[in-house]
Amino acid sequence: MRKMLLAALSRVLQGPAAAAAGRTGAVSEASRVMVASRNYADFANEATFEIKKCDLHRLEEGPSTTAVMTREEGLHYYKTMQTIRRMELKSDQLYKQKIIRGFCHLYDGQEACCVGLEVAIKPTDHVITAYRAHGFTYARGVPVREILAELTGRKGGCVKGKGGSMHMYTKNFYGGNGIVGAQVPLGAGIALACKYFGKNEVCLTLYGDGAANQGQIFETYNMAALWKLPCIFICENNRYGMGTSVERAAASTDYYKRGDFIPGLRVDGMDVLCVREAAKFAAEYCRAGKGPILMELQTYRYHGHSMSDPGISYRTREEIQEVRSKSDPITLLKDRMVNNNLASIEELKEIDVAVRKEIEEAAQFATTDPEPPLEELGNHIYFNEPPFEVRGPNQWIRYKSVS
Amino acid sequence: MAASAAALRHLASLGARLPPQGRAAGRLLQQRRGIRLSAPAAIQVTVRDALNQALDEELERDERVFLLGEEVAQYDGAYKISRGLWKKYGDKRVIDTPISEMGFTGIAVGAAMAGLRPVCEFMTFNFSMQAIDQVINSAAKTCYMSAGAIAVPIVFRGPNGASAGVAAQHSQCFAAWYGHCPGLKVVSPWSSEDAKGLLKASIRDDNPVVMLENELLYGVPFEMSEQAQSKDFVVPIGKAKIERQGTHVTLVSHSRPVGHCLEAAAVLAKEGVECEVINLRTIRPMDIETVEASVVKTNHLVTVEGGWPQFGVGAEICARIMEGSAFNYLDAPAVRVTGADVPMPYAKILEDNCIPQVKDIIFAVKKTLNI
Repeated sequence: MRKMLLAALSRVLQGPAAAAAGRTGAVSEASRVMVASRNYADFANEATFEIKKCDLHRLEEGPSTTAVMTREEGLHYYKTMQTIRRMELKSDQLYKQKIIRGFCHLYDGQEACCVGLEVAIKPTDHVITAYRAHGFTYARGVPVREILAELTGRKGGCVKGKGGSMHMYTKNFYGGNGIVGAQVPLGAGIALACKYFGKNEVCLTLYGDGAANQGQIFETYNMAALWKLPCIFICENNRYGMGTSVERAAASTDYYKRGDFIPGLRVDGMDVLCVREAAKFAAEYCRAGKGPILMELQTYRYHGHSMSDPGISYRTREEIQEVRSKSDPITLLKDRMVNNNLASIEELKEIDVAVRKEIEEAAQFATTDPEPPLEELGNHIYFNEPPFEVRGPNQWIRYKSVS
Repeated sequence: MAASAAALRHLASLGARLPPQGRAAGRLLQQRRGIRLSAPAAIQVTVRDALNQALDEELERDERVFLLGEEVAQYDGAYKISRGLWKKYGDKRVIDTPISEMGFTGIAVGAAMAGLRPVCEFMTFNFSMQAIDQVINSAAKTCYMSAGAIAVPIVFRGPNGASAGVAAQHSQCFAAWYGHCPGLKVVSPWSSEDAKGLLKASIRDDNPVVMLENELLYGVPFEMSEQAQSKDFVVPIGKAKIERQGTHVTLVSHSRPVGHCLEAAAVLAKEGVECEVINLRTIRPMDIETVEASVVKTNHLVTVEGGWPQFGVGAEICARIMEGSAFNYLDAPAVRVTGADVPMPYAKILEDNCIPQVKDIIFAVKKTLNI
């Protein structure tokens, strides 16, 4: 009797949400009753978490060691990270089916980095990264279906099939760059434009532990510091540059100190809240006109360097498994939310189901959308240019080039 | 006192301080003779001053335009091209960089992607090799890779090719290298009008443009028409100019060798050979139509360039002429005059013989005409 009364009360309070839960069809009868009996009034609005203290370089103070997360924020971070995770796993599948070709560098394991960064900055700020870019592309606002369709080389891809895995762009997101380290001076240039226009924007300029040894990065550190550019240098240290571990590549693996005269922080990149707090701290620093700052995010990739690398010749399966079981960013967030009454396991499972559905639909689109028409082969050589002709493989084959 | 252009060039190359030219001469004349002159028509302007005017005008016109490079600000430019601009526009618009080509070129390209319109100076294009990845992979290809989402309105400019006695590492011509790549525009001015008009056009273009100047031309005065003196004067990118009409042979060239072609034409004219001299002005997109129309008329083709022969600008012109309708009008194979196929030596006698000279052009013309 009490159960029926509770169920009736919950249904009234939940309203259309209960009907929606029924529609997915994946929630069992028992758990639906459980969801219904734990309505939103049962959850906490927010919780405070202890986060790892950041190692500091040339900084008196660092980001806060506690972070407040609301239920809404948590659900958003969870859904976003889970979407990226499943999108990358789907890409793995499509690559093995040879529907995705060429290079494919997957981001699973590193989700807390791109999500933590995105939620700490504004849409009007700028982001540039290297080739492991699918997560950032999604975080910056490109729908999954457009990312997958770009990977499969279709006209519905976010850049119409012209770029592929390493060259996806959207507003205030400058890719997606294939040449290791080249994106770093570009990012400082974007920061220069931010300072020039005076709109209080910053640029997140990302690179990996492998790229951190590129000379042009040190040239960029120098100029960014000299000119006080609002550039947040971010080294995503996933411990391996392709097959070379950090110990074998760098005389100093303290990547957060490599900026020398640029202040730096070393951040737990598997904890989305740690990344968020550090990024907020860094953005505030830059917006105050103090010049550039450097963040090292310690993270991990489950896949090899790319789809052609099994990823086990230079590291052990045990190591990968250990990270998965102890430091997975999504699991970390899930445990935090459930243990602090911000969400229920079932609710998060419902999100998982919805994400899977979205990915399936996106993959369906990506595998059925037509390839770009041949007539477009010559387009976009130039910007804002009257149409002209482009030569094909011989002098009689010409393509029209439209901007 | 009017002096011939050739005499002025000779004097300038000897480092002479010349009597006031252009507007200054007109004012002096007014002062001394009390004569009221009408508004000046054509005046003499050096390539250096023409480039300086172009930069000044474009910096004034569009506040997104800025100049960066080594020594461009407080030193007034290694070759004084940016003289006075830092004083006028300040640190925000004219930026001295450290000696970090790859870094500052990447910064310039990034700034262009984010909406500014940088002019990135290479002290010479030899140093651009250190930054060439940013020019090609970041600047040239981005519009295509992003399906038009990201434009890169940047100008890379600086002296290109041989100078005088600067030896192998400082004398390379990059016309063929940059001309090879889709996504770039490549221009190569000869006269002051070319320099000013092409620089203005390049800055106003929404695409990455490589402007290959020539150090030996900087001090050379050329006549600039009244029209060319206007703040709105631009030379369209992608259009060649016929500097001299002729009927017997077509000479196609770019940059400093255009002057040598005109000198050769003057000598040959005395022997009854009339050369048509074409100044390409733009390497990419190349105006092959103007060359074709000329070859149809003259039936003979000689290309002249400062760069090395293999895979050079002349090689491209010959290939395209072969592929097009003009081939059937050739009465003899096309001939190329180029830099010698060696790294540039230092000793004057060696260097002089590594650069196409007037006598080499005349010899080539006579060979192709079989005279």
